[in-house]
Amino acid sequence: MSDTPAIELKGISKAFGPVQANKDISIRVMPGTIHGIIGENGAGKSTLMSILYGFYKADSGTIHINGKETAIPDSQAAIDAGIGMVFQHFKLVQNFTVLENVVLGAEDGPRLRPSLAKARKLLSELAEEYELAVDPDATIENLSVGYQQRVEILKALYRKADILILDEPTGVLTPAEADHLFRILKGLKDEGKTIILITHKLREIMDVTDTVSVMRRGEMTATVKTRDTSPEQLAELMVGRKVLLRVQKTPATPYAKVLEVENLRVKDDKGVERLKGISLEVRGGEILGIAGVAGNGQSELLEVLGGYRRAKGVVRINGDQIDLTGRRSDAQSRRARGIAHVPEDRQREGLIMDFHAWENVAFGYHNAPEYQKSKWLMDNRAIKEDTKGKMERFDVRPPIPSLAAKNFSGGNQQKIVLAREIERNPELLLVGQPTRGVDIGAIEFIHQQIVALRDQGKAILLVSVELDEIMSLSDRIAVMFDGKIMGERMPNQTDEKELGMLMAGIDPAAGPVSAKKIAENLNAAAGGH
Amino acid sequence: MDLVTLLQILDSSVRLATPLLFACLAGLFSERAGIFDIGLEGKMLAAAFFSAAVAALTANVWIGALAGIGASLVLSAIHGLASITFRGNQLISGVAINFLAAGLTVLIAQDWFSQGGRTPSLSEFGPNARFTEITLPFADAARDSGPVGLIYSELISGHSILVYVGLLTVPLTWFILFRTRFGLRLRAVGENPAAVDTAGVSVVGLRYAAVAICGILCGLAGAYLATGLQAGFVKDMSSGRGYIALAALIFAKWRPWYALYACLLFGFLQALSLRQDAVERLTQIDVPGQLLDALPYILTVVILAGFVGKAIPPRAGGEPYVKER
Repeated sequence: MSDTPAIELKGISKAFGPVQANKDISIRVMPGTIHGIIGENGAGKSTLMSILYGFYKADSGTIHINGKETAIPDSQAAIDAGIGMVFQHFKLVQNFTVLENVVLGAEDGPRLRPSLAKARKLLSELAEEYELAVDPDATIENLSVGYQQRVEILKALYRKADILILDEPTGVLTPAEADHLFRILKGLKDEGKTIILITHKLREIMDVTDTVSVMRRGEMTATVKTRDTSPEQLAELMVGRKVLLRVQKTPATPYAKVLEVENLRVKDDKGVERLKGISLEVRGGEILGIAGVAGNGQSELLEVLGGYRRAKGVVRINGDQIDLTGRRSDAQSRRARGIAHVPEDRQREGLIMDFHAWENVAFGYHNAPEYQKSKWLMDNRAIKEDTKGKMERFDVRPPIPSLAAKNFSGGNQQKIVLAREIERNPELLLVGQPTRGVDIGAIEFIHQQIVALRDQGKAILLVSVELDEIMSLSDRIAVMFDGKIMGERMPNQTDEKELGMLMAGIDPAAGPVSAKKIAENLNAAAGGH
Repeated sequence: MDLVTLLQILDSSVRLATPLLFACLAGLFSERAGIFDIGLEGKMLAAAFFSAAVAALTANVWIGALAGIGASLVLSAIHGLASITFRGNQLISGVAINFLAAGLTVLIAQDWFSQGGRTPSLSEFGPNARFTEITLPFADAARDSGPVGLIYSELISGHSILVYVGLLTVPLTWFILFRTRFGLRLRAVGENPAAVDTAGVSVVGLRYAAVAICGILCGLAGAYLATGLQAGFVKDMSSGRGYIALAALIFAKWRPWYALYACLLFGFLQALSLRQDAVERLTQIDVPGQLLDALPYILTVVILAGFVGKAIPPRAGGEPYVKER
């Protein structure tokens, strides 16, 4: 192995308006290694890699590829320099075939047919070499995210990339798919490719990287050999203070049943059945975690319970059956029943991004008596004062009610939603993806708040695609696959492997299964939507 | 109805479908690249005026057609500038172009010709000032040799060159879109411009190319309108054809062959309204002429309201491309 770094960045700086996303960053990535870059959301990881891929232009600094200074003004220059990138949000054309996506931008000539034929041949070779089999004629929108990601990797390899950048590649994958991805990456590394892995998951860094660089607030704070460090040390470097990686909680003491769901069935707008007979219950004083790959019906479950999707079946709150189909079955009626909802997508369903924090805090509770000045007028001052108090109690920074929601970081936005819902003292809290796009420091706080609500004897239904979160926060875990509950487990009597199998629609008790079977199952589930 | 009447109606269907077809394919290129264009109407109108005006001034229809295409391209460039470079609202830009064309054509026509906002009739400027009908070989001889010959001479022969160009543009569009590198990239940029950008291809370049093609085709639509179908420009002579073409485009689900069928259907409806007598003889009902006149527009409304199946437009359509922060 040579001593010349495959990539060397020297003094890279980049500002977006007043925000300094990257501050004088220097990094050396050695060839034939997997180099992790870890940092919280907004630490500047993705910006740095987008600069390397020519998607953004750096304000200052130089890029050296294999020892040679290289200007990368656009993505074509990056491709020419042998850099391939797998973005967090895939850059695929949904209604094109795999083949068309791979060929796009790298065609051989003005006619399409010869390029497609050549790509077809090359894809089958790459599939053999790196366990990257994908049907070249499949349309992207019918593929599961795991397969879509393979297409992105194939795109890079087809363009003869020697350096592969992956931005948060496992966010959308099941544990089994993630393991498969890491096997692929190790295979690529053995072929001499250089891989940069951007992630906020400490476990992945520890598992697969050789070297790890830590970023915080736009600066590179450390670069260490992975074998010389620990998750605790990395977390401290990321956040700048000691953090608790495990949720601190006592065993649950469940009381009476708060939520009972029996045989819930839902069809989506296209008439596809998304919930196929769900039954579950949540007691006061316990957290039921729903695990599953995104898109297996968890969202629909939350929407039905939250009151904005019609369904068939029975739902009872504290023993009273609630109306699931009537004209008055809406979010307002659910709130009246003591159901609070922290939706999965806070930017679309939880907040109005252009509205002030205090306006957002009033949403859904705007009829609350303390917010009324008279029958027709709202008491804005009261709302603002109330918001101020909520922001302080929930450590929202900065605690300014008149700031627009979009001006808060992801973690602080989530705290605003959480404060609004939790402080209404609900019987049942529905909470979807509570820490998606939230910093480690804020994750700790949010988890503490959820556990505190549980300790007051409230029922909590938690939906998350982060298996770590499900395992550490839940008192009981139900796994959803393809609109059904695959099984329930106690967190201390199961492991990621078993849950991962259930998430892929396979009951491990039924005997051994192949990775191929798992992949097929996931694809079948994705194709159904 | 006898064969000759039917053929006459079909014959005028083809003529009336031609400007729709050009405009529809123009919209197809633009919208497939992610640029919505409700300015087809305005571009067509501007092209109609400038082709008629220049044909009148030079007594040469080819120079006129070029001028029409040029005028349409200028408006396309404005639309491109507004919606691609400055990332403005494509609908507003399109509406503005329609207003601009409606006003300017009449104003300039009055200034140049002083005939109340119209151009003089092109028949005054000699045989080369209009696109004339081409009689295909043996058409006259074939007329009397049975129905096939009749169809050949009545329906297939006897159109101006632009009708044939329009029909040939359909397979050409299909080939470009689905069999060439340019077409692949064009379709991709209308679906997901970020995919094109990260693949190292210029989103802006592709979209300008698409808008330019749209301009050329709209130019041909306008030129045919004023120098082929009619003999000169009159105020608002596009009379909603740009919108009908948009409806046809949606009806055709943004596909070239379907676009041809949709435009022929609209052309047929327009042709029917010209032959009220034949319709009444066939149906034995006293059909009001206004109803026949309104048919294409009624169908447009029905299609635009989404009653005819679900059409999925290009996914990135109408959205200016901004690299995400």
